[in-house]
Amino acid sequence: MNRLLPENPVAALSIKLGVWAVGMFVFALWIMPPMYDAFCEITGLNGKTGDRYEVTSAEVDTSRTIKVQFVATNNQGMPWEFAPEVRTVEVHPGEQTRVNFEAFNPTEQKMVGQAIPSLVPYKASSYFHKTECFCFDQQHLEAGEGAELPMFFIVDRDLPQQIHTITLSYTLFDVTDRFEDGEDNVASVTQ
Amino acid sequence: MFKRAHRLFAWLLAPAVLMTSYQTLAEKAESLKFNMTEGVTPVSREIQGLHMEMFWWCVAIGVVVFSIMFYSMIMHRKSRGVKPANFHESTGLEILWTAIPLVILVVMAIPATSSLITLYDSEEADMSVLITGYQWRWKYDYVDSDVSFFSNLSTPRDEIDGYAPKNPNYLLEVDEPLVVPVGQKIRFLVTAADVIHSWWVPDLGVKRDAIPGFINDSWAVIEEPGIYRGQCAELCGKDHGFMPIVVEAKPEAEYNAWLEEKRAQAQELAKLTEKTFSFDELYERGEKVYGQWCAACHQANGEGVAGTFPSLKEGIAVGPIDEHIDVVVNGVPGTAMQAFGEQLSEVDIAAVVTYERNAWGNNMGDEAQPIDIYNHKQGN
Amino acid sequence: MAHGPAKGITRWLYTTNHKDIGSMYLWFSFAMFFLGGIFALVIRAELFQPGLQIVEPNFFNQMTTMHGLIMVFGAVMPAFVGLANWMIPMMVGAPDMALPRMNNWSFWILPFAFMMLVSTLFMEGGAPNFGWTFYAPLSTTYAPPSVTFFIFAVHIMGASSIMGAINIIATILNMRAPGMTLMKMPLFVWTWLITAYLLIAVMPVLAGVVTMMLMDIHFGTSFFDAAGGGDPVLFQHVFWFFGHPEVYIMILPAFGIVSAIIPTFARKPLFGYSSMVYATASIAFLSFIVWAHHMFTVGMPIAGELFFMYATMLIAVPTGVKVFNWVATMFRGAMTFETPMLFAVAFVILFTIGGFSGLMLAIAPADFQYHDTYFVVAHFHYVLVPGAIFSITAAVYYWLPKWCGHMYNETMGKAHFWLAFIGLNLTFFPMHFAGLAGMPRRIPDYHMMFADWNMLSSMGAFLFGGAQVLFLYIVVSTILKGKKATAEVWENPEGLEWTVPSPAPYHTFSTPPEVK
Repeated sequence: MNRLLPENPVAALSIKLGVWAVGMFVFALWIMPPMYDAFCEITGLNGKTGDRYEVTSAEVDTSRTIKVQFVATNNQGMPWEFAPEVRTVEVHPGEQTRVNFEAFNPTEQKMVGQAIPSLVPYKASSYFHKTECFCFDQQHLEAGEGAELPMFFIVDRDLPQQIHTITLSYTLFDVTDRFEDGEDNVASVTQ
Repeated sequence: MFKRAHRLFAWLLAPAVLMTSYQTLAEKAESLKFNMTEGVTPVSREIQGLHMEMFWWCVAIGVVVFSIMFYSMIMHRKSRGVKPANFHESTGLEILWTAIPLVILVVMAIPATSSLITLYDSEEADMSVLITGYQWRWKYDYVDSDVSFFSNLSTPRDEIDGYAPKNPNYLLEVDEPLVVPVGQKIRFLVTAADVIHSWWVPDLGVKRDAIPGFINDSWAVIEEPGIYRGQCAELCGKDHGFMPIVVEAKPEAEYNAWLEEKRAQAQELAKLTEKTFSFDELYERGEKVYGQWCAACHQANGEGVAGTFPSLKEGIAVGPIDEHIDVVVNGVPGTAMQAFGEQLSEVDIAAVVTYERNAWGNNMGDEAQPIDIYNHKQGN
Repeated sequence: MAHGPAKGITRWLYTTNHKDIGSMYLWFSFAMFFLGGIFALVIRAELFQPGLQIVEPNFFNQMTTMHGLIMVFGAVMPAFVGLANWMIPMMVGAPDMALPRMNNWSFWILPFAFMMLVSTLFMEGGAPNFGWTFYAPLSTTYAPPSVTFFIFAVHIMGASSIMGAINIIATILNMRAPGMTLMKMPLFVWTWLITAYLLIAVMPVLAGVVTMMLMDIHFGTSFFDAAGGGDPVLFQHVFWFFGHPEVYIMILPAFGIVSAIIPTFARKPLFGYSSMVYATASIAFLSFIVWAHHMFTVGMPIAGELFFMYATMLIAVPTGVKVFNWVATMFRGAMTFETPMLFAVAFVILFTIGGFSGLMLAIAPADFQYHDTYFVVAHFHYVLVPGAIFSITAAVYYWLPKWCGHMYNETMGKAHFWLAFIGLNLTFFPMHFAGLAGMPRRIPDYHMMFADWNMLSSMGAFLFGGAQVLFLYIVVSTILKGKKATAEVWENPEGLEWTVPSPAPYHTFSTPPEVK
């Protein structure tokens, strides 16, 4: 590195400092966001839940019962009707449970929706596994079309003892705009 | 940007008026709020205790430091003929005044840590309320009991603009308060549907950011029945200052009765959807709905704000009624126009559409019935 | 090289002279200080009493946003850079800044940045109205169209600051006179050296965060949009990773100024020079690990809250060391209280009060009640106005005779001090009470229980504003017709700048001085 720098100490120092500044810009733009995502995944920050979970063991811990609540919110400008079929289920850790959400597009256009999950308490995020979820994909509904959206989950048997209730929230966003040029660019939506 | 000139004049006169109308100083001091509320929950009391403890620590440190400083400023003046000393270093002193603050900080941190742990323990709640922040209103959803409603500022516009005297709960009153039982552990689930808001009720010791797409939780056990008021605490756009929070804590029996009534009302509203209303009924109801839901942006006179919020004296409100209903129900994507289909009942949407088509000189003469709205929502 | 300045406007356009550029920075910041002050007075006028009297809520939000942005980036930061330009070469015995042409650039892009920012006020949809912290998605999905101009303005300001910082570091590290070792440098130079490193570390982060906004708004990315897998809270983390060091950027040079002034008027050397240097460095270090204390209510895991609470509390230690050192410097001195000293003493007292409220805010559970109320507004104005503004004012009174060769009128200076001091406390002290009583910040209208405090604040604000008009008059009349100042100006002040005549010649230290 030093061989690349000019002899003049002022110029050499200035270039080094400039490189630092550019480095910090790169850090902010390309390193901080993925770092934050990784951090969220580890700590459960913001109640972000993980991706598709592969079932490894089917053992069920019947000594404990966990109350799982579901809430649904429509983000601004999302006219769909969107709600869980049941608002609360009681499950044993380790057992796979299915819950359906109902969605209906009352408008006269074809629309695309994306549900974003978030759960409290954050501590429970890494112990709540979805084996199948409509939130992994965008939902396409024709005008006046309704759909039953399934979600399968397992509460980990290692869930900390003090947690008795888990609340899973879905916020439904209208992402129709992102699909104006056709449906092929689904992958480009998630950054 | 500038409002009417006569109001500016009133404003210039205001200090004189206020000065003369002041009560005696003692009365004034009595009514003046200047410290953090103790509140009505274990957490709020703990926070207030912590606040006072911190305050007295600061006062104590301040008294010591400022005494030395002022002693020095009075005694060590050149005009008193003193000769300056020349000391400028003392490792002992430096260590001392690093160590003492450290010890004080540890003493402060211990109770703060334990309070924080209490504050975070929302487990084993008796009930949950989902609170959603909207621009610029709150929605309360009783997760365990299928009751949900919006809560809007109910202060009349005239009081804000100074045309009417301000009532005692000015800007801190809503059409429908959040009603909760006393003595139960209530879990607040907080989220938002547009921008970030923050749900804050000082007496409950609860402040939580409402973030779109994410959920947050907090809790409270309210110990005394009463009405507790708060406000949105995170800048959320134009009417950030106009989305108050009112929590009404009732004894359990009264709370249950209220909940029953609320359910009955919801059924009543569903029935209203099938009823046919007269034009006047719709217009009158619509005027109220408009004032609460629409006037903030489209203004009381329907003229909107140039460049931001469109006027209703042209365009959609004087066009085909189907399109008008569609805009109100489904909103306009990418603009501030929300989809009101989920927020307002069929009756209210029918009423407000009727009102908008016939107010401010819009003489469309037609009307929308609740059943039309229902059909529109079903995609028929 | 011994020629004087060029004639006419080209002198200012093409100048590479550190004194010219310093003066331009200072005048620019003075102008921005008045502009930001006018915005503040619009806010205070609206808040004079309950009800909406003067402006619409949306315009009110534009005022709070522009006030914050202009004061932080237009008034305080350029003023410190101006002082650095004028003083650092003279303090370290250098003939000029290390990179004089870049110096010209870093100043001249600033007026364009602020012209762009201020012009947004006249655009359709109005100026930025999302607060100077511009939290997403209010500043992205829900922003007025002018946000793009705001983003470009911030980019230019950032570039200017980074160039300025590089220049300052290069000057300090490469241009010192023989014998001027690092530990002999005046504290103003030291604090600026550390500040410059902070600038290089965090201004690019600010540029990064506004770039992400730009991409979210125009290029369909979803850094801060939950719908596309982003997170609005990420915005706050990145912003405050910049934002907390930023507030120290606005205070560290102030520490340096006060550390120069107090010894002069106490006629006693600064107490604990090396501990001052170490305290400054540790404050700078700590500033990188406390950012999330601005976000206690955002919903963080408890371990995070505790970490940021403890780290924040720790800042009290080095800050305390500094205050104790200043008091020890005054102790058993032979003090006189000319205007610079009055401002410096007020700095120590009021900054300490702001520090106390900062310590209270650090306590996470209590912050759940303080957060986003006027208590916070009171806190940061107590550290910024007596901190940054008073220290800059003190510096102007202290060094103005050196710059223009004329002495200011002491009676008028003292009158300015007392008006500003009373105005400041009247404005910001009642805000503590309003905040504790429950008044949220950034609201254009409020309940009557906050009315008394707000009326006092508004009256204080107009007094404070008036005091600054007096300041402008004092500065102009000193330059035009002040009494001739001596080279030393004060009684045995320390530092190389006092060894050159007053006014300082256009070129100083063309041959480096010998420092013993």
